[in-house]
This record gives sequence, structure tokens and C-alpha cells, in this order.
Amino acid sequence: MTAIRILVGTRKGAFIITSDAKREQWTVDGPHFAGWEIYHMKGSPADPNRIYVSQSSSWFGQIIQRSDDGGKTWSQPGSEGEPSTDDSGMPQGVSNLFVYDTSEETGRPLTTHQWYDGTQHPWEFARVWHLEPSYDDPDTCYAGIEDAALFRTTDGGASWHEFAGLRGHESGPNWMPGAGGMCLHTIVLDPKNDQRIFCAISAAGTFRSDDGGKSWKPINHGLHSEYIPDPAAEVGHCVHRIVVHPSNPDTLFMQKHWDVMRSDDGGENWREVSGNLPSDFGFPIAVHAHEPETIYVVPILNDSLHYPPDGKLRVYRSRSGGEEWEALTNGLPQEHCYVNILRDAMAVDTAEPCGIYFGTTGGQVYASNDSGDHWQAIVRDLPAVLSVEVQTLP
Amino acid sequence: MIRIALPFHLQTLARVNREIVVQVDGPATQKTVLDALEAAYPMLRGTVRDHVTHERRPKVRFYADGRDVTHDSPDAALPQSIVSGAEPFRIVGAISGG
Repeated sequence: MTAIRILVGTRKGAFIITSDAKREQWTVDGPHFAGWEIYHMKGSPADPNRIYVSQSSSWFGQIIQRSDDGGKTWSQPGSEGEPSTDDSGMPQGVSNLFVYDTSEETGRPLTTHQWYDGTQHPWEFARVWHLEPSYDDPDTCYAGIEDAALFRTTDGGASWHEFAGLRGHESGPNWMPGAGGMCLHTIVLDPKNDQRIFCAISAAGTFRSDDGGKSWKPINHGLHSEYIPDPAAEVGHCVHRIVVHPSNPDTLFMQKHWDVMRSDDGGENWREVSGNLPSDFGFPIAVHAHEPETIYVVPILNDSLHYPPDGKLRVYRSRSGGEEWEALTNGLPQEHCYVNILRDAMAVDTAEPCGIYFGTTGGQVYASNDSGDHWQAIVRDLPAVLSVEVQTLP
Repeated sequence: MIRIALPFHLQTLARVNREIVVQVDGPATQKTVLDALEAAYPMLRGTVRDHVTHERRPKVRFYADGRDVTHDSPDAALPQSIVSGAEPFRIVGAISGG
């Protein structure tokens, strides 16, 4: 390992923070795409110089940016060179075109889903929440979007195609938006089985495909959510984040709206492991790079008060896969702290010892180079942090 | 030749200055001007109008010759000052307040 590169998406641009192997001194580069919301940016495991970025604006919509040199330069794949048009003269093949698949061959009719007032509402594209590059092909990347659907590119981001079987699942009309919109925000690829994909949707729950994304089933058995009419319903749960350790993808960990959960059978059954947490409400959850049973959460007071209990920013670590948790506070503010940590804003590196990183809505990015025992703010005054990803560079 | 004034974020996206110039064949309308813009700068497709429907994005407005022409027909002829190049066709991000 020669270096660490942290990819930080914020409300007002992207930042790239780098360090050598010691992870003590950090250099902040940015903002890239200043003024735009960067919901997510993530590097390819197959080529760390390939980075995908979701750039969006309430005014000007969705853009996909790509770098092939580790974030030094950027382009919009599909938009370079001469404009491409189809036979009728319409634009085609541009990187920010996300169109639900309603074709007879592969698609599903564009029906409706539940709206906040209980009425039905048409599926409408809003933005890309999450980008998940393939483990083995830099040109393949998955995108989770709002309104909830899963897309994939196999040409480096130039064009995107929907896996319509997910949105077209029979439960689709019962999905409804959370406060942040009806978003597919988490995509987990099984590193040992390229046909198995997990995703999570607010507020529908967790879904799994065993055939490379063609068909999907809800996997929410064991979840209990008091805020929906049937607390044990098949869908309707506000899952905030799921994560697996690459060595053991049958075990999933989940931070739900309330409750920290785990499954040891690929999501078929879940059980609560909140244990002694001061609050089991929260957004991110992460797993240690080298210890598959060591997990991290950041408790938030409750669903109405999105800040840490008692004004103390505490990461909680369990070395037993849940149930028993310890507070990690060394270097974190222990008074007057009222920031939130969003679902995509926590990540780990694969160095030794494992590094943990998270960003806050107050614009701080905190890092620990010793598995969470000690923390430092490596930058303090960025715009609100939406996402944090980490690359461990060879 | 039609002059188009772009808002800041579209200038950075297209890597151009505030004003660009496009060639419009035939009558100059909102539609033909925006078609020419998207043909010359494909990275702007989807940012001013929806990709598929070509509907204006809700927070984008169009000004021409000192008038808000946002709600005019996309096929209506633009003022002579735009056609002659005396004034730019202005694409504006709506004020958000706050």
C-alpha cells in the first residue's frame, strides 16, 4: 500500500483527500464540480484510476462524470467528440440519460408507486444516489436512482440500462418515499458470485437478485418497523444501509431507520443486534476490512432529531458482530455536537491496521488509522458531506 | 448565428465562457435554438430540457429581448434582436431565494 485516497461528495462539490501510507498528514484537493451536489463518487476495484461521480442539481438535473486518472481530469462519458444522434436526429448515448425500461423485451410498464398522501404517483427520475463499480470490469458500474430503480452501464458510463425486474416487482406499487425521496441508495455486489446483487430502497426494504439483476425478491423477514401499518410487512421498511465483508457475503449487516440488524443467510432472515447502543437509530454502517465480525455505527438520537445523543459524537464498535458495543470517542467532539452522518458517508480502507473514515453534515471528515481507537478531523469546514469512499492504492 | 448566454453551472459543464454562438438553420425558435445548443454541446443534453420529452426543466427560464419567454410556445419565432445577433438568448437558472 502506497497511499490512501478519500473521495468526498458534498452539497457543493467533490473533494479528494490523500495521504501516504502512514495516514497522518492529509492533502485536500477541490472543490471539483463546485456548486453541484455530489451524492456519490466511487472508484473501480478493478482500476483505481477509474472514478465515477454522480453530479446533480435541482436546476440542471443529473450528470455523470468519470475520471481515468485518479481524479486529475474528468469527462462526461458519451459526450466527447462529435454529437451522436439516432436516425431521427435525436440525441443518444449520453451519460446522464436514465430512462426507465418499458420495452416489451426486457422492461416493465411504468406504473405508479405510493405517494406521501397515500395516492399513487408516477415513477419519475430525480437523481443518482449511489454508484457501485464492478469488482472486475472498470467499464461496468451500477447506479441506484430516485425514483427507486437499478441501472447498469457496461461502456464506462456512456449509456445506462435499467434492470426493470426490480421496479417491476409485484410489490412496487406499495413502495413509498422516505423523507429524502424514494431512492435506491445501497448496492452490494457479491464478490464471490457475480449473479448475486443486494440493494436497499427507502422506504421499501432490502431486495436480492440471484440471476445477475433480472429478477428480484424482497428479503426483509425479521425486520420490525413500528412506523408502517403492518410492522412485519414484506415491504415498506426504511432500510438505511446494508454492508457485507468481502470474505463472507452471506452475512449482511443493516442499519435500519431504527434497529441494527444482521443476517447470516444471505438476507433470508434478520435478527436485531442493537444490544447496548444508546440509540439504534442511524444511517451508516461499516465493517472492518480484516475482521468480518467487527462493525461500526454512529447512533443518532431519533427519527425527529438527527444528531448524536447528548451532543457527543460517538462511533460505536462491536467486535462480536453486534449486541455488545463500545463507544469510540478519542478525538471526536464530546460536547455541543449536533451534526448528522449520512448513509453513504462512512467507509474503511484495507490498510493495516484498518482505517475508518466518516463525514458529517457539518463539513468535517474524521479519520482513524487504528480501527477507531483514535480519531482526527482531517478537514473541518467543507460543505455538508453526503458521501465518503476510500481507495487503498497499491 | 444566434448568441446564447449560459448560466454559470452550464458554462463550467460545457467549459465555455458566458456566451456561445450556434448556427440555426431556418426560423429561430426556442426549440431550434436549444436543438442547436445540444448538438454543439452534447454534455448539456438533459440539463436545460428533459432528455426524452424535451420539456423545459422546471427551474430553468428563457429570456429574450428583455422579456421572459419561458412560457411561450417552443415553436414561436424569437424576437428580431435574437435573430440578428444584437442580443443573446438568455438561459437562466431560476432564483431560489433563501
